[in-house]
Amino acid sequence: MTNETSNSTDTSTDNDDQPVIKCDGVYKIFGENTEEMMAKSNGNIDVEKFEDAGCIFGVNNASLEVHKGEMLIVMGLSGSGKSTLLRCISRLTNTTAGSIFIDGEDLLAMDAKELTQLRRNKMGMVFQSFALLPHKTVLENIAFPLQVKGTSTQDSMKRAMDMINLVGLTGRENYFPRQLSGGQQQRVGIARSLAVEPDIWFLDEPFSALDPLIRKEMQDEFLRLQEMLNKTILFVTHDFDEALRLADRIAIMKDGVIEQCDTPANIVLHPATEYVAKFTNDVPREKVLTCGNIMEEVGTTSDFSEIKVPRDAVIETVAEAVLNEPKSVAVIDDNDDTIGVLNRKSIIHILFGKDDSETLSTNQAAGE
Amino acid sequence: MNHLTGHLARHPKLVQFAALLAVFFVLYFSIDPSENNILWRLPAFLAAVPEMLNNSVEFIMFEWLPIETYNVEIEDYETSALMIEITRAISRSVLFCIEFIREILIGGQKTIVAFTSWDFVSENKWARWPALPWTVVAGVAITLGYALSGRWLAILVGCATSYIAVFGQWEPAMETLSFVLIAAPLSVVLGVFLGVVAFKSQKFETVLMPLLNVAQTMPHFSYLVPVTVFFGVGDHAGAIATVIFATPPMIRLTLLGLKGVSPEVLEAGMMNGCNKVQLMFKVLIPTARHDILVGVNQVIMQCLAMAVIASFIGAKGLGFNLLLALNQLRIGQALELGICIVLIAVVLEKLSLGWANKQIDYFADLSFVERHKYPLIMGGILVAGVVLASIGGLIFKDGINYFYLIPHNKGLTTELFWQSGVDWIVDNCYSSLQVFNVGLIVNVLVPMKNAYLGMPVVATFVLVMGIAYIVGGLRSALVVGGLLLFIASTEWWDRALITAYMSTFGVIISATIGLISGSLCAQNKFATKGILLVCDTFQTFPSFIYLIPVIMLFGVTDTSVLIAVIIYATIPATRYTVEGLSNVPQSLQDAGTMSGVSRFQRWIQIELPLAFPHIMLGINQTVVFALFMVIIGAMIGTDDLGQLILKSLSDEFGIGNGLMLGLCVAFIGLAVDQILRTWANERKKALGVA
Repeated sequence: MTNETSNSTDTSTDNDDQPVIKCDGVYKIFGENTEEMMAKSNGNIDVEKFEDAGCIFGVNNASLEVHKGEMLIVMGLSGSGKSTLLRCISRLTNTTAGSIFIDGEDLLAMDAKELTQLRRNKMGMVFQSFALLPHKTVLENIAFPLQVKGTSTQDSMKRAMDMINLVGLTGRENYFPRQLSGGQQQRVGIARSLAVEPDIWFLDEPFSALDPLIRKEMQDEFLRLQEMLNKTILFVTHDFDEALRLADRIAIMKDGVIEQCDTPANIVLHPATEYVAKFTNDVPREKVLTCGNIMEEVGTTSDFSEIKVPRDAVIETVAEAVLNEPKSVAVIDDNDDTIGVLNRKSIIHILFGKDDSETLSTNQAAGE
Repeated sequence: MNHLTGHLARHPKLVQFAALLAVFFVLYFSIDPSENNILWRLPAFLAAVPEMLNNSVEFIMFEWLPIETYNVEIEDYETSALMIEITRAISRSVLFCIEFIREILIGGQKTIVAFTSWDFVSENKWARWPALPWTVVAGVAITLGYALSGRWLAILVGCATSYIAVFGQWEPAMETLSFVLIAAPLSVVLGVFLGVVAFKSQKFETVLMPLLNVAQTMPHFSYLVPVTVFFGVGDHAGAIATVIFATPPMIRLTLLGLKGVSPEVLEAGMMNGCNKVQLMFKVLIPTARHDILVGVNQVIMQCLAMAVIASFIGAKGLGFNLLLALNQLRIGQALELGICIVLIAVVLEKLSLGWANKQIDYFADLSFVERHKYPLIMGGILVAGVVLASIGGLIFKDGINYFYLIPHNKGLTTELFWQSGVDWIVDNCYSSLQVFNVGLIVNVLVPMKNAYLGMPVVATFVLVMGIAYIVGGLRSALVVGGLLLFIASTEWWDRALITAYMSTFGVIISATIGLISGSLCAQNKFATKGILLVCDTFQTFPSFIYLIPVIMLFGVTDTSVLIAVIIYATIPATRYTVEGLSNVPQSLQDAGTMSGVSRFQRWIQIELPLAFPHIMLGINQTVVFALFMVIIGAMIGTDDLGQLILKSLSDEFGIGNGLMLGLCVAFIGLAVDQILRTWANERKKALGVA
């Protein structure tokens, strides 16, 4: 199992001592015999024995951490347990075993009242099918979490109106959900989830029900919002491209197990399992990797080109410039210090090269 | 021949059916009809049950758990049974509510009496609540209609109230209204409550469901007997019977709606921080609103359908007058009263719908007058109405103030017109109608009735259980057999056969008409909409209304009952046919068209097979509707179970008989329901359209 998060948390710039969300060995097991088997197992869960007893693993020993302001995307195909994991963390479903901490507090030990308070103040969630209340207008839907909390009608309506402006639905506040397009409905869902100013934002396949064009538009919108709001985000999707596009870190799940949890670049460069590699093979790497990811050691060369590229720049954006430059190009960090070099060869390798493993197998096939 | 055997091998059920029919006819003709032959008629094992029921009800009412109560009249404590005190308390509070609303509408003294005494009221002549002028009630209702849903509803309400007032039915209409305004909200609240409990608790649902099945197939009349025993006679008894009758569909639809709420909406509610109460009242129930509103609609329809039936146990109002008019064969008056009932039903339904769909504007910056516009208008109407009424007092000298209250039967009436119409029909068509009538009775009805009555009990069991077995397997066969066994063990098997014969006849004709007209209308979008509207309208009419025109034409005979049954029971058959056919996926229709089918081929080969399971559910409804109508037909004289139920109503110890008879009717319905529903579900599964 390769579900450790090891050397990959370097992107989280905050060095807060505790993660906002922390899951430790979380299990969600379905089936009639689950309780009986759990009682027998004394905490040591043997997957085979459980499966023989007719149990099904929704989530199998998942551990992850999300830090403040970070966006972790859980990616997996249908049935991989990604939504189940999200539901465990939001406690919409009960976790079979393991522990979950929100801001250091034990989520699973909370009683109904504490949980309600937590949700009213700290959590917001967006759903795949929007889950708007059909009998309420856009405005009322967005104000709903505030009203449930006991905010006065006047204040909650004012706040809801702000949210409507934020997500760009101005003028449609008195529409009913059924009168809106899918994209607009999801804007309402987003506005509603943000109405209480939560710290933690859960998104369960928020854009999967939308057309490709609208989806792209909503992703941009989402990035814009996140730039402004800087929430701690747990985002679930089955779309690997979407994950690459949005995530700080990606956790790839299969059959309830987290196969790999790392930054997009590391996942593309070093897929941990064959399953992960299947996703990364067709990824346009120049769109994912940054100069910092592929730069070489500075070494002895001192003959640099005049242009310099920042470490965080995506290859795609600098490729043409580097290719037109006969000399090596310096890669600089935030302080303008040179930390590595890029040359034509490395760019061409990213653009047209194949993975070593793959090249090898093609050669073998040709040899036979 | 080869072709035939191949065909039969592909449809093993056809062979089974043929074999079953063969066995049935062998039994039919070989069993000797004699009273002592157990194969001919089962002995009435359950004959003693009604008596036992009577005794146990008596015990519960009058002897069980005696408590000490203080009697104001004799100023002393006395012992009385717990149950009778409870039912008395319920009766009193329901009656108080009804009287209260009634007196707001048409004035009276009983509310004041409730707080003081009869002596006080008779000593003080002023102690009488004045009636609101009819103009005020109408004006307020119109304003309400406008406030809730806009101009068109206001116009509808205006027409309805004017009709009622102008035709001189104001007082009975308000009496009926006061009774519906109590019974309907009570049923809705009770239904939603029980629906929510059933949604929360699987166990409760398992217990409740069979009870609902029985309750919804019991004929209206059989509720009346137990209600009179427990609650006596009067408006409150009528309201309570109505509540008992109207609540089951409300429960069912609430449960259906709650179960249909998408899990994501539920999760959204939880994530928005709803506690359990908020989750139920702010998320689940409003989201399930569509089905719940259908339930409210059903409740209002049931309440008005019960208006007539409740008048048997003392409910005043339009229903009572309608019953009287029917008994006196005053067709015109009955028709006018029937229209009043329909109008009240439509208005109440539209108002409740408008109320549920009301939208609030949070940002409109309104002045005090604008915000309280409608209450102010209603206040104005009150003042204007009172002024108008006092002016009316000066204008009309003959003691009748038409601006205040148009007394009963002092309004317009079209009775003469209808009466002359009836006379004209009788004069001109009597002989041909009579020929048809007699021909039908002699050539069809009597032979059919005799054929049913000539069935040995064993043959009936074999036939019905056999069909259930072929359609739904052993379990269905046992359920149906159990239901039949109950009926066969009472002393009313022959009566049940007559009920069955009338319903069968009605169902066959209704289903045929429904299937044909439904299929024709489904061919065209415009016609589809039209026929659904017609079905809606006809369903609004209380079942009693259908008796009016048929008595007019055919007099008091079996033919009248059957024609009323056919009209009433054709509605669901037509509706479900249209719905089933228009729900056939467009892609399949297109596929058919591209394969080059003609319109008729498409109907036979694509549409009908796919829609048939749904149509079968319609036939199922048709059976229940037909049974209800056959029982109501007892009003105009039949000799089946209905007549006995009617008789038990006027019997002091009728509760046992009434209940058992009601169960017999319910069980006929449930047996058919079991077979048809199982079949429809199997087919739906097989076609993948479940």
